[in-house]
Amino acid sequence: MKFIPLIWAGLWRKRTRTILTLLSIVLAFILFGVLQGVATWLNGFGAGSHTNRLYVVSRISEIQPLPSGYLSHITRVPGVRQAAQVAALVGSYQQPANTVVVLATDPRAMFALYPDWRVAPQQLQALTQTRTGVIVGARLARLYGWRVGDVIPIRTSVLKNDGTTDWSFQVVGVYDSPDQPLEEDRMIANYEYIDEARHFERGTVFAFVVGIDDPSSATRICAAIDARFANSADETLTQDEKEYVQGQIRQLGDVGSLVNAIVGAVFFTLLFLTGNTMTQSVRERIPELAVLKAIGFADGSVTLLVLTEAALLCSAAALIGLLTAAAIFPATAALGIAGTTMPARVYAFGLLIAVGLALISGLPPAWRAHRLQVVEALAAR
Amino acid sequence: MGFFQQTGALSLLSARSLPQRLGASCVILVGIAGVVGVLVSILAMVTGLLQIANRSAHADRAVVMSSGTDSETLSNLSRDAVRSIADARGVRRDANNRPLASAEVLVLVHLPLRAGGSGNLTLRGVSANAFALRPELHVVAGRMFNPMLRELIVGRTAQRQFRDLQVGRRLLVRGAEWTVVGVFDGPGDQHESEMMTGVEVLQSTFQRNAFQSVTVQLDSAASFGEFRASLAGNPSLAIEVLRESDYYLHQSRAFARLLTVVAYLVGSIMAIGAIFGALNTMYAAVSARSVEIATLRVLGFEPGPIVTSVFAEALGLAALGGGLGGALAWLLFSGHAISTNGGGFTQLSVPVVVNAGLVGIGILWACVIGMVGASLPALRAIRAPLAAALKAT
Repeated sequence: MKFIPLIWAGLWRKRTRTILTLLSIVLAFILFGVLQGVATWLNGFGAGSHTNRLYVVSRISEIQPLPSGYLSHITRVPGVRQAAQVAALVGSYQQPANTVVVLATDPRAMFALYPDWRVAPQQLQALTQTRTGVIVGARLARLYGWRVGDVIPIRTSVLKNDGTTDWSFQVVGVYDSPDQPLEEDRMIANYEYIDEARHFERGTVFAFVVGIDDPSSATRICAAIDARFANSADETLTQDEKEYVQGQIRQLGDVGSLVNAIVGAVFFTLLFLTGNTMTQSVRERIPELAVLKAIGFADGSVTLLVLTEAALLCSAAALIGLLTAAAIFPATAALGIAGTTMPARVYAFGLLIAVGLALISGLPPAWRAHRLQVVEALAAR
Repeated sequence: MGFFQQTGALSLLSARSLPQRLGASCVILVGIAGVVGVLVSILAMVTGLLQIANRSAHADRAVVMSSGTDSETLSNLSRDAVRSIADARGVRRDANNRPLASAEVLVLVHLPLRAGGSGNLTLRGVSANAFALRPELHVVAGRMFNPMLRELIVGRTAQRQFRDLQVGRRLLVRGAEWTVVGVFDGPGDQHESEMMTGVEVLQSTFQRNAFQSVTVQLDSAASFGEFRASLAGNPSLAIEVLRESDYYLHQSRAFARLLTVVAYLVGSIMAIGAIFGALNTMYAAVSARSVEIATLRVLGFEPGPIVTSVFAEALGLAALGGGLGGALAWLLFSGHAISTNGGGFTQLSVPVVVNAGLVGIGILWACVIGMVGASLPALRAIRAPLAAALKAT
């Protein structure tokens, strides 16, 4: 503890150099924090998902339609509490860029399967009674200024029986989802209305959402559902929510290895910078270190002094960098690529790297300080 | 001595003393190589993505889909609509006076990837005229599929990306067995990441009546307006008509833009870090030479040439580092392909294309870093009071 002033003085011996080194490490950790945060977030996406929800899609691919008649078979599989069919109507509101997704489903079952989505009971009642009704997510309602009672036109590519592709829905309610705000961008409509009005693919769905009582039997139920439709024309693939979401993310490609490559390049570059600065700083201080040894400092203590200096520099910079990254991380949510808070394990991982960085950049100069011969070092003066 | 002579002499001097400051100089070199390497690598993916789009696209072809969508996956066209589109004005006809048009159906098939895991591969059902329409596609192994049978041919890129697609292999799709009978290649376009088969067989297997898109060969690139006008006059059609070139560019634009933003964002943050590194190095260089520089000033060298020589050293190192970074990106990644989501739900294999233009951008970036990194130390070199600087020995 008594050596702290000594280490401090050593660090600030060349003020400009220390600040510049500090800043370059800070920047590296900002990059690391944001990139690793996005990667971790993507990997952990769906981690908070409900283990008692399963998704049934076509085994051919997730956009291949399934017959809606599968619903009654699925609900009869032991362990299944409830199931809802989901067809999707993808379209746009006012401008082509304003993409909206209307989920054609059984609204009562849907809201029972997603208890996080909060809607007033009378609005849900209104939806079951209004054929062309829709309950919209709170984010959409805010974005487009929709109110209950509005009739909203949606442009789609789905042909209706009347030969047009424009659909209209009447807003009968708004739901919110405080824990999962990203889920507030859907529109829940009646399957019967959409299915009877569309010209193609009638009687088909895009997926079934299945609620089960006991999450520990998820694997067994998935297998049971898939076995029920094995060897039919439309074989199914049933996954729990986490697997399903992870599968979607994996399609983005190898985000993880891209991030790792960039972070690797950043830290390699940085190692060179810090390592060089530390070596330079020790080289300049050889006479001072020799004096320390001459007045009785052990070899080990001098080595430790140099190492501590490196560790202090690296961990302080890492901390500043990670905190800055955490501060700007919510911007990634605005871009729609990650969440609102930086995952906690990124801090732990970052500090671990900071220690490694300090060791690798600090060890060679520390070793040099260790082997320093007092007589030679002082004579060179 | 004039400005240029002085600068020349000083630059030579600092170049000769460079080996003594090797460690510090390496910092600039490696730091900048790292920045440029990352920047060029990411931009090379953008280049690859746009290259696919460009090679898939021909200005004298048009793609027609149902209105309200910009992706074939979501489109639906009835048989009547397909007939009207093929018969529209502006469509080129073959020797038998049949329109050069291909009505197509897309099915995504979930298959195991060579790299592990699985992905979606497009199985495109095409009309008889599809290969007359796209003369750039050739069967390079095996043979063409028989449109009456459950046979398919595989694009070369798709074959490299997915497992078990060799000629002779059988695939189980929707309870039916399909045989891979051939491999086709093209100019490195999007179709190379697909499989193709006869459209009727595909429709009957999947019990579909509708088509998803029609691609037509226009009389010439200029006939597009006529073609579109002829279709717009038909009130029974709710369709979207696009030039093929616009369609494919539109497909990859969003992803290309995102990657470009990432490239320059990461590149800028790293560059600032590298500027700090360069500042450190140049300060060290200037301070190591402070006596030397002061002596030069006493001997009558002007501040201008001294500053210029410091800049010249930083620029030289930076340009070298930039070139090194570009070369590294080329060595490590060029020719590789990155598997990603190609818009919609399908896997696309994006080649990484490092070309001279990108390396040029990298070197330019490097020179900016070098210039900024040298500016403050150069000022310090000439600002130091002569007497103090000389006494520092």
